[in-house]
Amino acid sequence: MARPSPRNSLGTMRTTLLGALWLIAFVVGAWGVALRLLHGHELANYGSYVVWGLWVAAYNYFSGLSAGAFLLSALIYVFGSKELEQIGKLALLVAVITLIMALLLIWLDLGHMERFYYVFTRPNFRSLMAWMVWLYTAYFVLLLAELYFALRADLARWSARDGWRRVVARLLLFGRRSLSQSAVQFDRTALRVLGSLGVPLAIAFPGGVGALFGTVLARPYWHTPLYPILFLTGALVSGGALMTAAVAFFWPKNDPKYTAIVQRLSMIVFLILLFDLILEWAEFSIPMWYGVGPEFELLQKVLFGPFWWVFWILHVLLGTLVPIAIFLTQRNKPLWLGVAGGLIAVTFMAVRLNIVVPGLIEPQLRGLEKAYHHEKLVFEYVPSLFEWQAVLFICALGFALFYLGKTLLPVMSVGGAEEGRR
Amino acid sequence: MSNGNLENSGAVGGMREELWRLARAFFSGLALVLLSAQRGQAQDPELEKLDLPELPPPQPNEDVLLRMMRELQRALQKPVEQRRWVMVIDLRKCVGCHACTIACIAENKLPPGVVYRPVITEELGEFPNVSMRFIPRPCMQCDDPPCVPVCPVKATWVRPDGVIEMDYNACIGCRYCITACPYNARTADFGLYHSDHTPQRAAYDEAPSFEYGRRWKREGGNSPIGNARKCHFCVHRLEVGELPACTTSCIGRATFFGDANDPESLVAELISKPNVMRLKEELGTKPKVYYLV
Repeated sequence: MARPSPRNSLGTMRTTLLGALWLIAFVVGAWGVALRLLHGHELANYGSYVVWGLWVAAYNYFSGLSAGAFLLSALIYVFGSKELEQIGKLALLVAVITLIMALLLIWLDLGHMERFYYVFTRPNFRSLMAWMVWLYTAYFVLLLAELYFALRADLARWSARDGWRRVVARLLLFGRRSLSQSAVQFDRTALRVLGSLGVPLAIAFPGGVGALFGTVLARPYWHTPLYPILFLTGALVSGGALMTAAVAFFWPKNDPKYTAIVQRLSMIVFLILLFDLILEWAEFSIPMWYGVGPEFELLQKVLFGPFWWVFWILHVLLGTLVPIAIFLTQRNKPLWLGVAGGLIAVTFMAVRLNIVVPGLIEPQLRGLEKAYHHEKLVFEYVPSLFEWQAVLFICALGFALFYLGKTLLPVMSVGGAEEGRR
Repeated sequence: MSNGNLENSGAVGGMREELWRLARAFFSGLALVLLSAQRGQAQDPELEKLDLPELPPPQPNEDVLLRMMRELQRALQKPVEQRRWVMVIDLRKCVGCHACTIACIAENKLPPGVVYRPVITEELGEFPNVSMRFIPRPCMQCDDPPCVPVCPVKATWVRPDGVIEMDYNACIGCRYCITACPYNARTADFGLYHSDHTPQRAAYDEAPSFEYGRRWKREGGNSPIGNARKCHFCVHRLEVGELPACTTSCIGRATFFGDANDPESLVAELISKPNVMRLKEELGTKPKVYYLV
């Protein structure tokens, strides 16, 4: 074997470094999850008044990424973009993984984790939370089914090969190994049916999460009819941006369509981002116009309070202005477009935090904050280290699942008419 | 808590214990769901045996508590759906001593971070023309409670007598109801103890409470740990003929309690006065706690 070229050794170094970083994140994160299982919510900084914190925000964030990635793939189908059709499978994988991340995190947030299934055995369909759980369960099942039919033809081809691919393929095929015209046709029909079921479901799911907050009459900050729509566009922006980054960084660069795909994706994200900004402008400017009232005071805190930088630096600067500048000036550099997508996707967490937390930091009755003293009875909130650790674990898990998925499954197979998603 | 003083040696055992507890709770919950279709909850037999307390005949200038207890006993003779429990708090009489807050904590064995009846202190005016106002804030037991429809598992509901009840064993701890309450009347039990970080768990931390007529011992992460909690007008006391702990402990007799469906009752008399108000009436929650101003 030839000596490794400098380029190769650089690649090895990068892999080692990333692997080491991942391991640290995983271990530190797992320690946090162990603390959660051992000590419950004792170490968390959310309390009896600010009852939802980082985990609920991150749950909204991850579930939004999932719905966004899925809807993007569905939009591609609706508008029949041949160029983008190939990324459908990758979008499904990302949607499944981010949904798993979201569900694990919200499970940790429950006071009684072992009772999660009560939502299925004794649901209250008046509650939007019950609706949300039923919707994402249906959505999850649908995603898995879609992924199966999208990958089946490729897997069937793998099952004829040797080595680990054969094992993976045989494990996942459930016996349907045929590559006949009719079998492949059946996959396509199944995908089309599931896809059309999936679109309303993937719209209802983030919309339902928005309604979960929007219907809370007691919280003027949340109580806005715009929320279901804002959650939907938010999901599309963040999920689309994540897909842009995933394709830009992980798609085979030798695919002749690589640059075109990334450009097309980033253009879609750019347009939805602009639309999202209009909604956000409405959301902020209307309640602020009078300059009085509880909503005004909370928005004032979001914009100019101690955590002003979450809005201005993370969301406006890094999550909006910088990506827009990149979209406008670096249109021919797919990696830069990927960076822009990554920036939007990562900083969207700031938007989710600015939805959940400010809604809870104002006492419902003036003076309540001083009525009875305990650290769990305060109207302030900064996530504790332990809460970040759990989120870190979920992220490490998500990256691991993504890596495994893209290595073990034919989600990025290029070309071949019958390999397209639909 | 600033930092969990974890004993490394106990961590593995603790983890095993925790997993065992989770498994136990999971399967017992499953069995409960499968076996009991209806929610008929057996009362603690010890509580059922008790007779209503014997009261002296009415006298002029007697303690108002005696009158309210007599009215309470009268209400208990009626079917439960004909009672309508209300609380009236006279803000002109409240001196802000917090005795009701403490009595409530003692009665319901409330852990740190959980409070059912805080007293809000308001300062009015500017020096030298200042005064103070004290507003005790129990659960409002709304006729249209925002906390009930949001519960994803039907763990909270309006009783026939108007009190908002909770089934601790059904609550999954999502805390949605806490966000929905416009009075911050619900708090979360995060499993803390007053004697945390001391050499020994104190006896008062281990004493059971009798909320909703059942015995609740806070141990091993069992309910009510992990649940949302709130004031329930001490229904476990009402059903044995005793007034809520906040009412009996009020040193200024500023808290009144009784059956608003009884036109002869003190509370019915008080809430027909013009100087009555309820908190955030504009929300349409229709609280059953009235304030006299």
